[in-house]
Amino acid sequence: MSEIKLTNVVKRYGRVEVVHGINLEIAHNEFVVLVGPSGCGKSTTLRMIAGLEEISDGEIHIGDALVNDLPPRKRNISMVFQNYALYPHMSVRENLGFGLKIAKQSEAMIEERVGEAAEILGLSELMDRTPAELSGGQRQRVAMGRAIVRHPEAFLFDEPLSNLDAKLRVQMRTEIKKLHSKVKTTVVYVTHDQVEAMTLADRIVVMKDGYIEQVGTPMEVFNHPVNTFVASFIGSPPMNLIPARVESGKVKLADGASVPVPNRLADKVRDGQDVIFGLRPDDMTPEGHGINDTGQVATLELTVDLAELLGTETLLYTQLGGQDALGKMFDPRDVAAGETLRFRLSLDKAHLFDATSGKSVRL
Amino acid sequence: MARTKSPYKTRLALTPYLLLSPAFLVLIFVVALPLVFSLYTSFTGYRLVRPDTLWNWVGTRNYERIFADLDFWIAFGRTILFLAIALNLEFILGLGIALLINRITWGQRTLRTIMMFPMMFSPILVGYQFKFIFNDNIGVLNNALQSLGISDAATPWLVDRYLALGSIIFAEVWMSTSVFAILLLAGLFAMPRDPIEAARVDGCSPWQVFRHITLPFLMPFAFIAMTIRSLDVARAYDIVDVMTGGGPAGRTELLWTLIARVGYDNARMGQANAMAYVSIILSIAFTYYFFTKLVAARRYMGGAA
Ligand SMILES: Nc1ncnc2c1ncn2[C@@H]1O[C@H](COP(=O)(O)OP(=O)(O)OP(=O)(O)O)[C@@H](O)[C@H]1O
Ligand SMILES: [Mg+2]
Repeated sequence: MSEIKLTNVVKRYGRVEVVHGINLEIAHNEFVVLVGPSGCGKSTTLRMIAGLEEISDGEIHIGDALVNDLPPRKRNISMVFQNYALYPHMSVRENLGFGLKIAKQSEAMIEERVGEAAEILGLSELMDRTPAELSGGQRQRVAMGRAIVRHPEAFLFDEPLSNLDAKLRVQMRTEIKKLHSKVKTTVVYVTHDQVEAMTLADRIVVMKDGYIEQVGTPMEVFNHPVNTFVASFIGSPPMNLIPARVESGKVKLADGASVPVPNRLADKVRDGQDVIFGLRPDDMTPEGHGINDTGQVATLELTVDLAELLGTETLLYTQLGGQDALGKMFDPRDVAAGETLRFRLSLDKAHLFDATSGKSVRL
Repeated sequence: MARTKSPYKTRLALTPYLLLSPAFLVLIFVVALPLVFSLYTSFTGYRLVRPDTLWNWVGTRNYERIFADLDFWIAFGRTILFLAIALNLEFILGLGIALLINRITWGQRTLRTIMMFPMMFSPILVGYQFKFIFNDNIGVLNNALQSLGISDAATPWLVDRYLALGSIIFAEVWMSTSVFAILLLAGLFAMPRDPIEAARVDGCSPWQVFRHITLPFLMPFAFIAMTIRSLDVARAYDIVDVMTGGGPAGRTELLWTLIARVGYDNARMGQANAMAYVSIILSIAFTYYFFTKLVAARRYMGGAA
């Protein structure tokens, strides 16, 4: 069994603490994605799991073993690095087989495993090239092949796709997903790209400044963000967050406009509470151009400052509660700048966060 | 009327040759002529004390003679041995020093500078210094050994046939290990961290990381150092001449001390030049060897080195 358990894990560099006692349990064969803005401690956390960074405090278990003091080679994990970290002086074949050779496996077994990995990743044609003779995507695949030949207890990925161009990134993303369904193993995957996180993860861990903000399935994190940070970080374009105040059953926005308190949140707020009203662009659509505008709905007349046609939808830049806000128009028609439209806001999908703590009022 | 080139165009065409001519003249007089001249003399019975022998063409007799001369071949073999021992020692020591300096975080620059001190002395001075250290009567080494009670014999460092060559190698290594250390340190600084971490995760112990990742990366740097040093050592003369003068009884005779003796002491310039040409071929062979290794290692490293 290869579950990974982090208990109160702390990392300090000198006197600076960069990871502040995080707790996380990763189940056997689970695909967990650590996501967060740059510098939030994702790589550090991953490298502590790998054993490349020492743990300043707390405990890390892999399987049943406490691995705090085990060197990386004794942890039976594989890691894929952001810039691939291939061995420049070895051919693709040697790169793939290196870990097994070090583990003193038989020639026949190495051959078999390397062949198998090359097959899965489509590297068979490239076996005798050196890394310098490969494209970025091919190097990426070799790095992944090197990880899978060893049949480790867990894979660790540190932003493996960030050096690839957009198209290749999407392609490799699906390959990683497929790979995981083929080679069932525990995966910890670091990225700052929330789309990657949403598409790949069984569970997402959202990090910020060395703390874990929320852990949940992509659905949970997307639909029920626990605070304004997660709300704005997950989802693209990001959720509109408008300062407001609850007054006699209404959410009064700063510019005087108001919408009813969403029914499902009615007993979570009190009168006079300062809140932040959150609504995703998809849930703020002109009449006749929405997909989510059934259920409890509020209607507001808003002026469109700018419309951006994306194809199947148009982004509408407008003002809500004195702030820039973004709406969407599905099945779009031409919209002129300055045009006023009746927007329907799906309150069933709206969020309310406490203005002082930033936490969702649901909690 | 048939038009000839305008004077201006003619001048324009000649300009490059005109501008290059000083360089060519210098090269011809400083390099090419002496080279041709010495090559010519190696086919004559030229003796320094009798200039007329310069016209005494003897064909390949000088070469035949040295090829049949056991002393020459012993010096030849000893030079290769000297070179092999010195270069390997310097490589190992230099690697050790570079690895140690790479580990420390404080005072690295200062140490790097200090490390270069031995290279700043003239080999002649280094030779004298070690001659004094190794002297069997008044030498520092024997005195130290005796005071510490390790040995009370007056060890003849520069007289014993094996010890003498060892002492010279020691001086050579002391002076030039930093060539390796500096180049290898530069290699370590340029070394990417990622493959090392990947290897650690891939199951390597620290020794295996060094053996399979660090060392292959450093080899091109080592080959550069070896190329430089093989040229240097193959023409070793000054240190040997000062410390033992090729003695005792020719036991530390290297190619160039032999050549100098034949050419200047015995005044047989023709024969000395023949030897010199053979030894130059030896140098070229070493350079070529290390250079092919270097190129191979670099190609091996792909874009990384
Ligand atoms: N060796 C180090 N010494 C001191 N501070 C460090 C060191 N390595 C990382 N840090 C700090 O630790 C914090 C977390 O770094 P980490 O590399 O984990 O961020 P990250 O979430 O992976 O960011 P990115 O998305 O940019 O890779 C950062 O503030 C960084 O400055
Ligand atoms: Mg990182």
